[in-house]
Amino acid sequence: MYTQAMDIPDEPGKKLASVSTTVSDQEAAFEARIDADGRIEPQDWMPEAYRKTLVRQISQHAHSEIVGMLPEGNWISRAPSLKRKAILIAKVQDEGGHGLYLYSAAETLGTSRDQMLEGLHSGKAKYSSIFNYPTLNWADVGVIGWLVDGAAIMNQIPLCRCSYGPYSRAMIRVCKEESFHQRQGYEALLVMMQGTEAQKAMVQDAVNRLWWKCLAMFGPPDSDSPHSAQGMRWGIKRISNDELRQKFIDATVPQAKVLGVTLPDPDLKWNEERQHHDYGQIDWQEFWNTVEGNGPCNKERLATRVKAHNDGQWVRDAALAYTRKQQQRAQKEAA
Amino acid sequence: MNAPVDYILHLADNAVVLGQRNAEWCGHGPILEEDIALANVSLDHIGQARLLYQLAATRMGGDATEDKLAYFRDETQFRNYTLLELPHNGPLVGYAVSDRDYATTIVRNFLYGALMVLVWDALEKSPDADLAAIAAKSLKEARYHLHHAADWVVRFGDGTEESHKRAQAAVDHLFPYTEEFWTSSAAEDAAVAAGAGADVRSLRAAWDAIVNETLAEATLVRPQVRGYVPEGKHGRHSEHLGYLLGEMQGLARAHPGATW
Repeated sequence: MYTQAMDIPDEPGKKLASVSTTVSDQEAAFEARIDADGRIEPQDWMPEAYRKTLVRQISQHAHSEIVGMLPEGNWISRAPSLKRKAILIAKVQDEGGHGLYLYSAAETLGTSRDQMLEGLHSGKAKYSSIFNYPTLNWADVGVIGWLVDGAAIMNQIPLCRCSYGPYSRAMIRVCKEESFHQRQGYEALLVMMQGTEAQKAMVQDAVNRLWWKCLAMFGPPDSDSPHSAQGMRWGIKRISNDELRQKFIDATVPQAKVLGVTLPDPDLKWNEERQHHDYGQIDWQEFWNTVEGNGPCNKERLATRVKAHNDGQWVRDAALAYTRKQQQRAQKEAA
Repeated sequence: MNAPVDYILHLADNAVVLGQRNAEWCGHGPILEEDIALANVSLDHIGQARLLYQLAATRMGGDATEDKLAYFRDETQFRNYTLLELPHNGPLVGYAVSDRDYATTIVRNFLYGALMVLVWDALEKSPDADLAAIAAKSLKEARYHLHHAADWVVRFGDGTEESHKRAQAAVDHLFPYTEEFWTSSAAEDAAVAAGAGADVRSLRAAWDAIVNETLAEATLVRPQVRGYVPEGKHGRHSEHLGYLLGEMQGLARAHPGATW
């Protein structure tokens, strides 16, 4: 799963350091590699602002994967068949795996996982705000796969070509798994839509609640997206928020038709001239409220992550203490 | 000869109940790597349960399915060991609320894992070819589960003062429940008589050896056990299974006949 937050500063209002105007040889080499669409690797010189932007983006992405385990985890114990339970556990576990390799990718930039977690737990670092909405019926699990992971794929495919090597390689693997997640979500909904009236109502209810949140996942409109231009220049961002959003809507409308659900937007219609769907107004006020920590589940999500971390302190301490004892014993034996 | 259906259900119920319990950690693990590992262990158990229920359903015939067996049987029909249905904390009544304790989780997985590497190993040789195939797959998984749990038992026992205390408390709390492994039940006796089941009582010495070795390395003490012997495999459970099944079965039972 994914973060919309590529363009969301962790500390709103704070400008990122701009690139130095004195061009060193190192910087010239960096720029040349970017221009040639080459990859920057951990050992390469990179501008401090590039490094910071990547740490912010990759760690936000990793946090999103980890926090994103919670809304779907909410249904593991109640999954209505063993097959769906197994699929859901495997999927949520995949999201944990994504978090793990994204944290690892970010660590290659010189920031530890502990530092990144501290950012999340203190509320300083952002994560995708889609996870701050509750999952209220079983169909939410399918809709998260279909729409949320679908939106994530739209966002992430371009990142497979991101200029930072470890991130782009992580994204290739993540995208493969997300694509599987999307198909399983859609398939689960297809089965429900062929089922009882109650099952169909669950699917429609979940779509009604999540549709607009998914559109907002692509981030603020291009006209209001402060970091986009620099991100594009650095090859960290490849396609604009609005373009991705449009692409997602155009791809989703026919899928909704096949499924037999109504997308909750009376303004949604095909525009022959633009060769795209027109759509209604996204409630950006509600989006920013949620990004700023005041959505329906922000406090629960964050407090749950903090509690898991704090409750697990003794486990991590035990592992470290045991390892130290083993090392001491080995040293003694060697002496 | 094939193993009786009741015996297969006993194995399946063990797997589904422990799978359900371990999945409760998903998203709440003490460190990301363990979150993923526990989900994986849970997934293995759900997978085992599915294969076993499918086998039982095929042999029962009629309208039996894996989900009917998992979701539409009541507490008293479940044949799992009581050990596996206990929540992840010390001894508390059914409706008590408590934080999950990872030491309890790990010690349970260890005690059960040590048994199942032996049980699956025996069943791999069963003349019941379907059961033997499931056992062969499950044995590989159980070896990993035991390895994972035993490593942590040692880290906890020989880690910090707190981890030692928690691990010892979990061992003291859970050990009496393992007595149920060694009692007889009609289903197990019939399976053994048919030559298709594992004679669990004959595995006790091997189980003792695995458990004692790890506990010694972990500097943990094996408690003396006496008194009540749990009877989950006879369908007489603790107060905890009702809550577990209520949560697990609720949605499926609210929509009987629905396909998911």
